[in-house]
Amino acid sequence: MGLLDQEFTEGNIVIAKAEDLFNWARLSSLWQVGFGLACCAIEMMATSASHYDFDRFGVIPRPSPRQSDVIIISGTVTFKMAIRIKRLYEQMPDPKYVISMGSCSNCGGPYWEHGYHVLKGVDRVIPVDVYVPGCPPRPEALLEGLLKLQEKIRNESIVKPIRSGFVGKSA
Amino acid sequence: MILLIKLFLTLQSTSVNFPTKFLKLMLTEFGKIFVFILTAALFVVVAIYVARLLRPKRPTFEKLTTYECGENPEGSPWVKFNIRFYVVALIFLIFDVEVVLLIPWALVYREMGIVGYLIGAIFLILLGVGMAYEWKKGDLEWARPKIKEPTLDIIKSTETKKEELKTAS
Repeated sequence: MGLLDQEFTEGNIVIAKAEDLFNWARLSSLWQVGFGLACCAIEMMATSASHYDFDRFGVIPRPSPRQSDVIIISGTVTFKMAIRIKRLYEQMPDPKYVISMGSCSNCGGPYWEHGYHVLKGVDRVIPVDVYVPGCPPRPEALLEGLLKLQEKIRNESIVKPIRSGFVGKSA
Repeated sequence: MILLIKLFLTLQSTSVNFPTKFLKLMLTEFGKIFVFILTAALFVVVAIYVARLLRPKRPTFEKLTTYECGENPEGSPWVKFNIRFYVVALIFLIFDVEVVLLIPWALVYREMGIVGYLIGAIFLILLGVGMAYEWKKGDLEWARPKIKEPTLDIIKSTETKKEELKTAS
């Protein structure tokens, strides 16, 4: 199926207007995978709680990646966990987004040199949209990260990309 | 479908006060429920179909595998349940129905007075008797199979020998 998605190679007025609608809908209800790894997850939960209220941006934790749009990698990504994260990401339906939260998932953080068990940045296994710096980042920082992601989604296009090596619909 | 709708749209008898055009399309009380059901079904079908038309569809092997918290799916999802749950489920059902019946009773309790109290009491006593019967029969106990402790034949034979010696002396 997919009546509009990547069916056209150039934009026109219908596509432009549909894009506006889709992007608005997508950025206004980013459901996240209910998933936390380390101390950053505590900050993430604090962001979801009433004081910072993630819900006002339409972010609700979901129990399954099947229902989710965004995964927040909140904490230290160990090698063991990296396999699971990869699978969770793969099981999310398109379009999907990733927020890397905190130094550990950005680049390995405090484990960058002697962490024999830590992946040096989650972007080595899955594509990251927004990096949130901090150790751990305050809820305000995560909110800013989400706003950046919304900005990114606002400018997305459903026009078929002309890029080599892109795994698209035809592949 | 249109015939069905026409069935539920009844032609009202004309009255003097209202224009006839308006009355011809009035619904019966059941007709309203029918329209409600129809709207609900249409709403779901349209929403699912439009989403199917518009969403991107890029299925991969990983996406189509069973979700088990990121682990490899293992074993069959058709797990066998213990047969003892059957009795528990039955007893639960009885008390479930009890609650359903007691809530409307509690709402009209004051207006019914002593009669209502007696009716409720009889109902509860009947259930209590049933409960006592279940208890007596041992259905509330989680019957576990008795463990047969393995015994060695050598120990058995020595024990019998000791007993034989005892009886002999």
